[in-house]
Amino acid sequence: MSDLLWLIILSMLSLALIAAFIRLIRGPRIPDRVVALDLLSVVVMAFICVYAVRFNQPNFLDVAIIMALITFLGTVAFAYYLERRI
Amino acid sequence: MITWLVFALMLMGAFFVMTAAIGILRMPDLFLRMSASAKAGSMGVGLILLGVAAFFNEFAITTRALAVIFFIILTAPVASHMIARAAYFDGAPLWNSTLFDELKTRYHLSTHELDSLEVAAADQLPAEAEVAQEGDDFQQEG
Repeated sequence: MSDLLWLIILSMLSLALIAAFIRLIRGPRIPDRVVALDLLSVVVMAFICVYAVRFNQPNFLDVAIIMALITFLGTVAFAYYLERRI
Repeated sequence: MITWLVFALMLMGAFFVMTAAIGILRMPDLFLRMSASAKAGSMGVGLILLGVAAFFNEFAITTRALAVIFFIILTAPVASHMIARAAYFDGAPLWNSTLFDELKTRYHLSTHELDSLEVAAADQLPAEAEVAQEGDDFQQEG
């Protein structure tokens, strides 16, 4: 039973990863790609947390913290230079 | 008992993250895509982190999980606002069923400041933003 639930959770997250990645490749302009990259990191954070529970490794949570920090800085830097470009 | 709570939280979180990703793939223009991804994405990852906190049931880990949730709630709107503002100045095309764009005449082109009154015509953003063709992002530099 719990194997099935893990399978459902992980396949939902994989679907999200694929959808965000398609937008990252296709996105007609740079802001679309930045938004897709932002969502991609959110999905990766969710993956890390699910894995931390699945394999009982609380240390993975630190990776999620660093991921959140780096993503915010990256998005802000992208926005800053996009606005400066004009 | 706590296992089912963890599973429920994780299923709901994964569902929200999947909704955000489908929204970012299917929505017709950048701003609609952002409204899907910012809200549903932070909701989903917040629920999954609550599941982590419930599963480990330990003070240090609960603190860390709550800190991440707080940080996401704090930073997701800031990042979304900054990227939406940059994209608006960049001339991101709106969906062709958009009814009206009140912001168009309210921005100073020279200073990038917002005004509550209508700005003089010379200082407005260009009326017809050039619609980029697929994949020519890198040709409009300079």
